[in-house]
Amino acid sequence: MQKIQKILIGIAFSPNLKANFFEAARIANMFNSELVGVHVGDKSTEKEQALADLIHETPKLTIPLKTIWQKGNPIDVLLEATKEESIDLLILGALKQENIYKYYVGSIARELTRKATCSVLLLIKPSVERIACKQIVVNGLKDQRTKETIQASFLISKGLGCKRVTIVEEISQSEIHVKVNDDASLRKATIRKERLKMREDSRVNKILEEIDTKDITVKKQSIFGKRGYSIGHYAKVKRADLLVMNAPKKTGLLDRMFPHDLEYILSELPTDVLIVK
Amino acid sequence: MSKKGTVKTFVGQLPQNIFSGFVVSLVALPLGLGLALASGAPPISGVIAAIVGGIVCTILGGSHVTITGPGNGLVVVILSAITILGNGNMYEGYLFTLAAVIISGGLMFILGILRLGSLSNFFPSSAIQGMLAAIGIGIFAKQAHVMLGDLSAKGSIIELLLSIPNDMFSYVQTNSTSVFYAGSIGIISLLIMIFYSKIRNRYFQLVPAPMWIIVFSIGFYYYFDVFSSSKYPIDQELLINLPDKIFAKFPQPNFDKLFELEFISAVIAITLIASIESLLSIKAVDKLDPMKRRSNINKDIRALGIATVISGFLGGLNVVTVIARSSINVNNKGSNRSANLFHAIFLVLFVLLLASELRHIPLSALAAILVYTGYKLASPENIRKTFRIGSEQLIIFMVTLLVTITTNLITGIIVGIIATFIIHVIINKNFGMFAGNLFKPNVLMFKEDDTYYVSVKNFSSFLNYTKLKSKLDQIPETEDVIIDFSMCDFVDHSVMENVYSYSESFKRKGGYFEVIGLDGYKSGSAHPFALRKFALSKPKDKKHSLTKRQKSLRSISEELQWSYQEIPQEEITELPEFGYFKTRQIKKVSNILSNDHCSLFDIDFSEGELIAKQNIKATMIHIGLDKGIPEFTLDREGIFEYIIHFAGFKDIDIDDHPDFSKRFYLSGKNEEKIRAFFTDELILFFESNTYYHIESNEKGLLIIGKERLAGVKEIKSLADFGIRLTQIISNVRTTV
Repeated sequence: MQKIQKILIGIAFSPNLKANFFEAARIANMFNSELVGVHVGDKSTEKEQALADLIHETPKLTIPLKTIWQKGNPIDVLLEATKEESIDLLILGALKQENIYKYYVGSIARELTRKATCSVLLLIKPSVERIACKQIVVNGLKDQRTKETIQASFLISKGLGCKRVTIVEEISQSEIHVKVNDDASLRKATIRKERLKMREDSRVNKILEEIDTKDITVKKQSIFGKRGYSIGHYAKVKRADLLVMNAPKKTGLLDRMFPHDLEYILSELPTDVLIVK
Repeated sequence: MSKKGTVKTFVGQLPQNIFSGFVVSLVALPLGLGLALASGAPPISGVIAAIVGGIVCTILGGSHVTITGPGNGLVVVILSAITILGNGNMYEGYLFTLAAVIISGGLMFILGILRLGSLSNFFPSSAIQGMLAAIGIGIFAKQAHVMLGDLSAKGSIIELLLSIPNDMFSYVQTNSTSVFYAGSIGIISLLIMIFYSKIRNRYFQLVPAPMWIIVFSIGFYYYFDVFSSSKYPIDQELLINLPDKIFAKFPQPNFDKLFELEFISAVIAITLIASIESLLSIKAVDKLDPMKRRSNINKDIRALGIATVISGFLGGLNVVTVIARSSINVNNKGSNRSANLFHAIFLVLFVLLLASELRHIPLSALAAILVYTGYKLASPENIRKTFRIGSEQLIIFMVTLLVTITTNLITGIIVGIIATFIIHVIINKNFGMFAGNLFKPNVLMFKEDDTYYVSVKNFSSFLNYTKLKSKLDQIPETEDVIIDFSMCDFVDHSVMENVYSYSESFKRKGGYFEVIGLDGYKSGSAHPFALRKFALSKPKDKKHSLTKRQKSLRSISEELQWSYQEIPQEEITELPEFGYFKTRQIKKVSNILSNDHCSLFDIDFSEGELIAKQNIKATMIHIGLDKGIPEFTLDREGIFEYIIHFAGFKDIDIDDHPDFSKRFYLSGKNEEKIRAFFTDELILFFESNTYYHIESNEKGLLIIGKERLAGVKEIKSLADFGIRLTQIISNVRTTV
């Protein structure tokens, strides 16, 4: 994801639509891209009127909105649209659990996130007013996609005017190879962790060499813990405004039963999440 | 440390470990005999467990100052195993139980290999407390009868308890001299146990209470043997029965019932209790270790497993880590595992050399030791403590206790766990939170700017405490840690208690451990371990009336123009740094009289852990010095010091002052500096004043009078002593 030219948003006329649409419009303007609105269902004059009212309320789009009306299974329709329109970014709203401040991704959005071929942005608290993005947390896993993800996070942070990017290196506990039993093994494990941290830092530094990080405070944080899980927890602790992550590898049924990586994030969104593909 | 250095320290510390092993063996002998008797096994089987445990765990163990041997938690389980498996025939039952012991040892070894040492964390602490109390009541109920010379009492724990008054009545009316004398020895022994800790005489305290009982009862025999014309009045059947050739013929464990349900449940119960008791003890002893080492729990469990297998084949009981004896080991300056080995060696010597004397000990004397142990396990104090944490903890405690007493241990602990969980669900009115988040990793730890930050999400209770523990265990205790529960909806008592003990060990080792994010939480009580909320209990603002002593303290403070506080506003942090408090835990400091650098105070502290715990109140004075003075301790010279001397400490004699050197025992690391520091003037001052125990840690002085609260007069002289000493020391420093 080097550029964001086309952004897709689903229009379901739900109570969240207004806020979602405002966010999408703002992002489209910031990146100077085209916004495509897709409604799954019949086209009716009422709906057209409602949409027109909405567009009227939102700040003016630099490139006019393109609307697609199509009947069918929402997942299939939206997936097809991303392909046909060669969309770069799909924006989805998350749901909030009743009474508690926990956000999760609904079943349709979840399916879309897994199957979409473009990057996906999950918004937990879209708002009509603009809330500045102050901190972005991005994963720095040892993975071939990481380089692109980090690059994308800097692209976004420049677009949104975000000044702080934290790259989180999640290191699996098993890589330490030392079980802490007593003082001696604790010492060994601590030294080993320090080494792993340095190794990860230098790997991330190599990626950063190719990126223009001017005006942005970059921080590297290594965490020993479960992949995908700890970064979400970290983003929440640090009150990050956006979490940028690698796209998952293909997930099977087993992966959903024993969630890992992205699935953790989807079941409990810590903040807005961007999945880079 | 280089290998050579290690060997050197080891050899250097050998004398003190031999000494400590000796003192421990004095306790281990009567306890070993008594625990085995109470378990319904031959008395020697307890001593065998201690000997095997001492040898094997010294070689293979992973902790440093623990002592291993037969445990009191197991008494009830083994007794029921012997009774059930033997169908009334105690010896047959013993042979079957030996097989169960051997297999439980194997299971413990496997637990150690699978690194399941943390298994005990799955048990909520109040349930464990309830179970221990039930064990205590079980021991108490049976042994109270034996103590009164009645061996025939039988029945369930409740029946036994209810018949105790009856038994006392029949004891008073007895016309059998044998029962009368046995019972009298039992009662006197119990009194020795109770009042032992009250008598703060060093020579008396040098020999542990159980050994005094042995000495007393053997002495009683010799009184009749040598001085009295009448015969020893206690019947053979009320005396300890030891085989003639103790280490020659071992019983054959009987594996015939291997696959029977009764046998399997006995094995499970034994393994469960043996591991819980050991793990609790290892954890508690680590808190006492003056060298602040961390034990390798899994290695220790493996060693205990192997030791138990061997012990079982030799006719001994389970080998577990025992808290009371370990505390004694620490108090007597045992510094490494060799103390455990020496304790075993001394036991062998005792049994070989003193077998015929031991046969004169009445069962009632040993029963008295156990009655006291049982009472300590189930003391009303524990119930009060649990209640203070919260009424819901008391429910868990009582449910576990009652179910354990009326059914058996396994059912008891399972019901305790279920009760805890149900209470948690009721309190939160939310089952989904537990069900949905149980298996999620809920702990995040990362290091940022040299501080470890630990954040806990969702809920934190005994169910998922291992996740938190495994993270916390990875942090060296010398570092700074912040643990944040703000994303956690529920924190239970077990977690609070464990977190508190982490904060203690961080404090001890020089790190910093802070808990945040619980401020807005509701909790059942103001107790720091109460579920949900962690806040150190602050003194209440209410003005309550002062006691007479407090009033006089206030008037002394006015006389001296010092300030007086009943309860300190802030914690005194200097005290734990003194060597004296390395093996003692400070509980409360109160009634502080202070000026700029002196403070005189009453202090509550404890020696030992769990059932071996002794609470001591004393008055001391602390003097903060702005300039460094050498580290030293100064004490009155006596027999005690000769023994310590033998244990590898050195008395520094000051030349030209033979009288001072003779009367005082002075020790410290830097001999040269100490000699320079003790000028003629200072020595004259010490010679012409009352004796105090004085300790310096370079930054300050700690002066201790007697190990009890001082009276008003004593306080005056203590304060006066402190003031004058400070003056002299400041003179010394300016002239040097």
